[in-house]
Amino acid sequence: MSILLDKNTKIMCQGMTGTQGTFHTQKALEYGTNMVCGVVPKKRGLTHLGLPMYNSVRCGIDLTGANASIIYVPAPFCKDSIIEAAENGIELIVCITEGVPVKDMLEAKAAVDANGARLIGPNCPGVITPGIGKMGIMPAQIHEVGSVGIVSRSGTLTYEAVNQSTLAGLGQSTCVGIGGDPIPGSDFIDMLKLFQEDEQTKSIVMIGEIGGTKEEQAAEYIKKHITKPIVSYIAGVTAPKGKRMGHAGAIIDGGSGKAEDKYKALEAAGVTTVKTITHIKDALLEVNKK
Amino acid sequence: MNLHEYQAKNLFKKYGIPTTKGKLLTHSSQLDDILDTLGEENLVIKAQVHTGGRGKAGGVVLTKNKKEAKEVTNRLLGSRLVTYQTSKEGQPINSLYIEKPCEFDKQLYLAFLVDRSSQRITIMTSSEGGVEIEEVAKNDPKKIKKNKINPVVGIMPYQCREIAFDLGLDDHQVKQMIPLLQNMYKMFLENDLSLIEVNPLVITKQGDLVCLDGKIQVDNSALFRHKKLNEIRDETQEDARELQAEKMQLNYVSLDGNIGCMVNGAGLAMATMDLIKTYGGEPANFLDVGGSTNEQRVIEAFRIILSDKKVNGILINIFGGIVRCDVIANGIIAAVEKMNMNIPLVVRLEGTNAKEGLELIRNSGLNIKEEQDLDKATKKIIELTKGN
Repeated sequence: MSILLDKNTKIMCQGMTGTQGTFHTQKALEYGTNMVCGVVPKKRGLTHLGLPMYNSVRCGIDLTGANASIIYVPAPFCKDSIIEAAENGIELIVCITEGVPVKDMLEAKAAVDANGARLIGPNCPGVITPGIGKMGIMPAQIHEVGSVGIVSRSGTLTYEAVNQSTLAGLGQSTCVGIGGDPIPGSDFIDMLKLFQEDEQTKSIVMIGEIGGTKEEQAAEYIKKHITKPIVSYIAGVTAPKGKRMGHAGAIIDGGSGKAEDKYKALEAAGVTTVKTITHIKDALLEVNKK
Repeated sequence: MNLHEYQAKNLFKKYGIPTTKGKLLTHSSQLDDILDTLGEENLVIKAQVHTGGRGKAGGVVLTKNKKEAKEVTNRLLGSRLVTYQTSKEGQPINSLYIEKPCEFDKQLYLAFLVDRSSQRITIMTSSEGGVEIEEVAKNDPKKIKKNKINPVVGIMPYQCREIAFDLGLDDHQVKQMIPLLQNMYKMFLENDLSLIEVNPLVITKQGDLVCLDGKIQVDNSALFRHKKLNEIRDETQEDARELQAEKMQLNYVSLDGNIGCMVNGAGLAMATMDLIKTYGGEPANFLDVGGSTNEQRVIEAFRIILSDKKVNGILINIFGGIVRCDVIANGIIAAVEKMNMNIPLVVRLEGTNAKEGLELIRNSGLNIKEEQDLDKATKKIIELTKGN
């Protein structure tokens, strides 16, 4: 069945008439994605790319039955757009926009959680279920329908993993870029849980990065709840420590944020790790043999 | 973006947060006026640099008289301060903050920051202030208390009381601490800060709370709505190449190796550095040209990479998603022709229109090696730059 995005997903686009919104909606339509409308204030009654436009998320839902939204609005307005979607009952919100202030995300995330919605991003490539549709900016042509679930904090690294799982002949169930911002809408654990429950997904690729403790938390979760094989790569083994001012950040996060410690935690949880991004294909073939 | 101590203290004052009164000096000729105001005897002279560990490194000096104050001012101003947190070159000292020493009985630690795992603004406090807080965290983690603030309701009086009691404050100080914390939270939100660190927050001989130091970080993503903060940004404290890159919307960090890297996407840029190192090379930089790059940005990226004289070869690694590889290839060819580059260049293109892009490079007649396989491309640039 895939996760998040399936044949029942009806997608609206907030900020569809901007450069990004137009370009990527066009691409999504070409891929066969079930786009139902666009929401841009004061554009009611117009059509754009053949889709009806509405002034508000509420109108869009009422008239099209949309249950998901992809957001391309500029960073200063993202908080408003995310909360508008969440409070009107949109179940899946994907925000692509980069540079959303942290304070805005703290507040938006609280609203999303309070309304039981799911947010992916911001600052992410989005979600694609090959053969069904895409909500995001990933190049569709490298994907193949298949069995690998991919979750990553980085955009182009997701593409590397996709490419290699396609070359391995395995294809993908769903690929999710959760984004690299300090306050992401969803994290690894949220996606691992869905992949574990999803029948189409037979193995999982999880791509992490240095900094924070999200990978260590995921490792704890994997140990207890995930039975499907996982291949993992952590970017930044050789990255230098950023220049910092004050130390509170490192302390509050706990852990070191170092790649070695993340690898150690994942290996202890039974995850197959690769030290270079170019070895994902081989590792995937190996774990799928068993 | 970081603020200087004097800028942080100005912000404290604006929000009614008790701090020391000092004078800013940017030129040695201002010293006489400052001594007239503050008095000539017993002063603290503090270098204004974006780094911690100033005290131990000699950036905070006590002076007894006018002669010493002059001597210290002349020595510090215009020099560079190297601390355990800076690079070997250290940070330039272009201004000094001069204040009366504050006599205190006790030093505490106070910080406001965004805790990523709980997704809450968090107040971190410790009764062990004035020392390196990472040491306290390591040796005696129980001495660090954390209070999370619910963004919907904001900071609660009970939280302020709890913090004050945990720090062992007396009734008089508890009364001062509550508004101090509330005002700091207000300041944190209204200015889109990502960190306030006060180390130490002291209890003076008179029994009052005073912020003796202040480190403030502003969320760069929110600078668009804080023109005033943007204006007081001190670019002399930042790496010149990194700053130039930021202006071109490139993400650049200089490193110690010899192989220049140009990659799209931060994650892939890190993975590329890792790969170079795995195969025995040393990357000269991290550079993310971004998702929607064009010829002009490719040229600017080359310029920044080449301004590092250690670079004797460049690996370009592009996974075309939205960016088409043929567009990138044309950008690379134009840049190489325009800039008369003569060091080895290996280009790896994958994704959208990769074949067309590689074809363009092959037919350009320029001395650029093209490669679709990332492993092979990495090994090639290492081989070409060895022994140069």
